[in-house]
Amino acid sequence: MTEKTNKKQRKIVIPGEIIVSAEDHLPGDFTRKEDGNIIANRYGLVDDSGRIIRIIPISGAFEPRRGNTVIGRVEDITFNGWVIHIGGPYTAFLPLAECPRYIDRKAINEFATIGDVLNLKIWGIKKGSIDLTLKSRGLGKLEGGRVIKINSHKVPRVIGKEGSMINLIKNSTNTEITVGQNGFIWIKGDFEGEKRAEEAINLVVKEATSTGLTEKIEEFLGGKVEKITEEVKE
Amino acid sequence: MNLPNINKKRIESLLSQDKRLDERKLFDYRDIIIETGISGNAEGSARVRIGKTEVIVGVKLGTQTPYTDHEDEGTMITGMEFSPMCGERYEGGPPKINAIETARVVDRGIRESGFIDWKKLCIKEGETVWSVAIDIYCVNDDGNVLDASSIGAVAALMMTRFPVYDEKEEKVKFGEWTNDPLPLTEKVPFAMTIYKVGDKLLADPNREEEDAAKARVTLAISKPGKEYMINSMQKGELDTINGEDLKKILEESEKIYDKIFPELDKQIKSLQK
Repeated sequence: MTEKTNKKQRKIVIPGEIIVSAEDHLPGDFTRKEDGNIIANRYGLVDDSGRIIRIIPISGAFEPRRGNTVIGRVEDITFNGWVIHIGGPYTAFLPLAECPRYIDRKAINEFATIGDVLNLKIWGIKKGSIDLTLKSRGLGKLEGGRVIKINSHKVPRVIGKEGSMINLIKNSTNTEITVGQNGFIWIKGDFEGEKRAEEAINLVVKEATSTGLTEKIEEFLGGKVEKITEEVKE
Repeated sequence: MNLPNINKKRIESLLSQDKRLDERKLFDYRDIIIETGISGNAEGSARVRIGKTEVIVGVKLGTQTPYTDHEDEGTMITGMEFSPMCGERYEGGPPKINAIETARVVDRGIRESGFIDWKKLCIKEGETVWSVAIDIYCVNDDGNVLDASSIGAVAALMMTRFPVYDEKEEKVKFGEWTNDPLPLTEKVPFAMTIYKVGDKLLADPNREEEDAAKARVTLAISKPGKEYMINSMQKGELDTINGEDLKKILEESEKIYDKIFPELDKQIKSLQK
């Protein structure tokens, strides 16, 4: 543990816990003011860098926001689009018009059928429905590989600062990885690589709140790489 | 999330090379851990973990009037519930079709094995008999809840002690226990489920493998003497099981019994003391 990470270490709070006196601070996201104290509403890490105290939640359901890139599974097909499960509070809908290329209305299931997995973007949220689109770079149907699921609040740790963690996992396991903000992760590579990438991601999720995470993952992946090359040599 | 097509494809392509995602062999089980004495109010209880799958089983004894065609025999009811906490696919409310099916499959295995000596559960012929209620609660579903439930039910029955019965008032004094165990025989049933995924057969699937399965066969096997005895054999899901599959299932079931059951028996017996 270096001094730098030590300084940055954030406090973990549980709902109902007093974070700080409200005299010098203001309540922000997922906190409330009560009897002159700022109280936590959610289980998470405290961000007290400014006057506003806010909580970065580390558990709970996925909360869709506009502009999120998500991975979803086709649950149903209607006459003008696809009903998609993205692990959110309500089902999401991808209209035919939001598909970048021409699709025959009569053969809508030729592009994506029930059980297929798509990389999508949320472009609008109304009460009770989420609208999705495929009209952006890097979106579309995911072929090959497989999908795993993690808690959506752990996604920032899996991606890391400017994608450092995910690139580390990608490069050392030789896989293609797409992380949806809803916690669905698509991994494609050979059997060993996929398995090791999944193990690494699960380790990140497990140790999400500990410091020096990148070193731990490096060690984990590095160790395994050596092990495998040794076996090959024998 | 239900199983995506690409995950199913991956599982099937690995199985065609006799490989599984968690590097087990086709008929290997995950670690099975049994705990007993979970409930303070039940006459017998057990918690079974197979990997991440977890079920809690409770046995409750009561009295009732016997059925008219079995006037000197006790009765048994099995109930099963998947609570919303055991997986995102489950919701609250009365038991759904899969819970009812699981309960019936477990029930059949125990009932037909002759594990419980029904005649000894008679208090007064034609009037009062003991009734055995087995309640199974799934705590976490990571595949193969069927086997976990069966093992749990057997373990809970083996731990069961009779409550005090007041003969004058003809009432059970709940909360007071005697030291008498349930009248059980040597025919301990061990239920195993073989799943057919693609063209391959496998045992103890995880959640994804179970979702990818096209058919399954549940066998309850006991070994009272030197011979294996199939107490029940029940098929589930939509696809067919052909003659070749069945031959393989029967072959493997004996091997699985020999491999898994002695250890489980030892675990339960060590808990009984």
